[in-house]
Amino acid sequence: MVENRLFMLILAIIVSIPLNASAVEPSEILQNPQLELRARNLSQNIRCLVCQNQSIDDSNASLARDLRKIVREQLVSGASDSEIYEFLIARYGDFILLRPPVKATTYILWYGPLFIFFAGLSLSVLFLIRRKRVLPEEPLSPKEQEELSSLISGKEEG
Amino acid sequence: MIAELGHYALVLALLIALVQTTVPLYGAARNDFSLMGVAQPAATAQFIAIAIAFGALTHAYVTSDFSVINVAENSHSLKPLLYKISGVWGNHEGSMILWVLILALFGFAVAQFGIHLPPTLKARVLSVQASIGVAFLGFILLTSNPFLRLDPAPIDGRDLNPLLQDPGLAFHPPMLYLGYVGFSMAFSFAVAALIEGRVDPAWARWVRPWTLAAWIALTAGITLGSWWAYYELGWGGWWYWDPVENASFMPWLSGTALLHSAVVVEKRDALKSWTILLAILTFALSLMGTFLVRSGVLTSVHAFAVDPERGLYILAILVLFVGGALIMFALRAPSMKLGGLFQPISREGGLVMNNLLLSVATATVFIGTLYPLFLDATTGQKVSVGPPFFNATFVPVMIPLVLLMAVGPMLAWKRGDLSAAMSRLWFAVALSFGISIFVFWLHSNEPLTPVIGFALAGWLAGGTLKEFADRIGLFRDRLSKSLSKARRLPRSAYGMTLAHLGLSIFICGAVADSAWRTEVVINAKERDKTSIAGFEAQLESVNRLEGPNYHLERATVVIRKNGEYVTRVFPERRFYPVQQMPTTEAAIYTTLLADVYVSLGEGSKDQGWTLRLWYNPLIPWIWTGCLIMVLGGLISLSDRRLRIGAPFKRAHKKVQENGLLENA
Repeated sequence: MVENRLFMLILAIIVSIPLNASAVEPSEILQNPQLELRARNLSQNIRCLVCQNQSIDDSNASLARDLRKIVREQLVSGASDSEIYEFLIARYGDFILLRPPVKATTYILWYGPLFIFFAGLSLSVLFLIRRKRVLPEEPLSPKEQEELSSLISGKEEG
Repeated sequence: MIAELGHYALVLALLIALVQTTVPLYGAARNDFSLMGVAQPAATAQFIAIAIAFGALTHAYVTSDFSVINVAENSHSLKPLLYKISGVWGNHEGSMILWVLILALFGFAVAQFGIHLPPTLKARVLSVQASIGVAFLGFILLTSNPFLRLDPAPIDGRDLNPLLQDPGLAFHPPMLYLGYVGFSMAFSFAVAALIEGRVDPAWARWVRPWTLAAWIALTAGITLGSWWAYYELGWGGWWYWDPVENASFMPWLSGTALLHSAVVVEKRDALKSWTILLAILTFALSLMGTFLVRSGVLTSVHAFAVDPERGLYILAILVLFVGGALIMFALRAPSMKLGGLFQPISREGGLVMNNLLLSVATATVFIGTLYPLFLDATTGQKVSVGPPFFNATFVPVMIPLVLLMAVGPMLAWKRGDLSAAMSRLWFAVALSFGISIFVFWLHSNEPLTPVIGFALAGWLAGGTLKEFADRIGLFRDRLSKSLSKARRLPRSAYGMTLAHLGLSIFICGAVADSAWRTEVVINAKERDKTSIAGFEAQLESVNRLEGPNYHLERATVVIRKNGEYVTRVFPERRFYPVQQMPTTEAAIYTTLLADVYVSLGEGSKDQGWTLRLWYNPLIPWIWTGCLIMVLGGLISLSDRRLRIGAPFKRAHKKVQENGLLENA
């Protein structure tokens, strides 16, 4: 049965579970449309900690609702975006950010693809240079030259 | 009884696959035609045996035979027939049966249609394909047998997850698997070529149709999944960068690279080792996707540790096949003959850049999906990688790729002339510029990101159209001559043009939706109104009704524009009592330029209901673009040169004849 429960979990991820997603309730929405827009943008970058890969903007878990409220309260009291992020990181750690900060443990994440690009680029260039050396373009042999000129003259006649 | 028959057929399939793996391989090494000849009937028999097993499981689902554990856990007698059938692959065991069925289908197809393959290559391809079959049939029989019985049988089943009870999701897994598993064919061809020690243009011509078929199916499968997520999950998004989505997207990216590099092998006999490596890696990514989804490792590293049997088995398959193929590659590739030379600025050079960028894109998704698991497993530190990360890392890789897509096809093979190509691109520049101005004029007081996106889409469309027009001499020759040139153009040329245009349309949809989507959330009682993007929506009524296996609330929402009636839409909230689970069924009013998307939330008559409305500009272009890509693939697949079994010699002769005719 453990197996079955596990399977249901997997199934739940397969469908990536935003069940009744888009969770913002009418009662949560701020009066000031500019603040509300900032709240929505912030919410999309903040992870619902108890969910699978969902932002608090998408999740209707109660934790997500609490976090949405915290974000809006802070906005109303005049906090800047970075102050709100810092507040949340201090409480929950980097895990709360859907866009991880650039630091030693995430260098591979942020710079890995860049490294692969330059490695691939240098390999391609090396390959091109090396091939030129291995296979110099040989001049045509007299026989080939003869064949070529007969082909060309044949075409002109045609 | 029928379930036992299915079980028996599965064991039989395993034994046949064992024979198919060993005998033809030995025969090919000894050049013994009778031993190699075993491959073809074995591939057919293996496919039939697995089809019988699949049929037996389907029978158990259709007749609601709850004495089979798998049926009891995933089906219900009241479920509509379509979802009884789709329930077969809506669970772990059944989906693995579908996996091996499609694997055997591809083997069967090569056995049937690969008449003109050299006998040793064919024997080796089918042998490698069967060895994958052995691994997965063993996996099913040892860890995931769907035919186990339950005694006493329950009166009714536990039903399928309601989210999966949807026509879009009924067809999504078979399509996806056709693509995913289809890349096994490219893998088998690659390994067979390594065993033979020979890769030539003919090999590329044989492997391309299979890769293309897999690519078409995977594109269609991902599109279907994305469309399903859009209308079923009830929040108007279409791509979430979820690990499960990424698992199917990675083989798509590297499969796209493979399609392009195989062209270079076919036309220019170059990039051979790289193409072999790419074929191995593409299937490796498919296997990894299967591992990620099937092992539970995504839920958390710890869920995997609790019940590691299945995960470890697939991981072993992955290591064995990919590791084995890579070792073989390392041994054989250096001795491969180098092919045609080319300058950096040439069609080949462009396709090398295409492959480099697509590989980096694959790596970006790969690292983003797996690094958090790796970090958690090694240090216990948790890091979240969500859409904001992928938007910041994936999109910058795509921009140069799209820029290159307009230039590459204009370069000549071997030695291209960049300045000549650039001077032909005036139309791309003009279209790009025109569209950006138009977009800027429409949304002048907003950020410039969408303007850049549309400029890219215009550039790509302009370059692609100009390349096609030049090819048929449009506006240069008389129209009748252009038309007759167009008729003689190979279908693969149409395929490329369509696929690239499809991407351009897709970009427009994706950019417009992410930049200009608007959303309104209100609490509405009956007769309440709201407005969104020039439309007015009024909640007319909400009624309680009964579905076949669920209760539902259905809202009637009238949509008006400038006071005039446009349409009525009916968003629903369903509740499935067996699984105790609610779902939302969004209602979508679509014009070709935008969707008005209405989703009904919780509520009651006195309190009012939560009503969510989105205006999604150009979102239909996302799926239209993908479908055009699929269409391009299909047209290309029907090309004479690629048509399965089309004899190469005759085609070659015909080309020569055509050449002579043109000279005359």
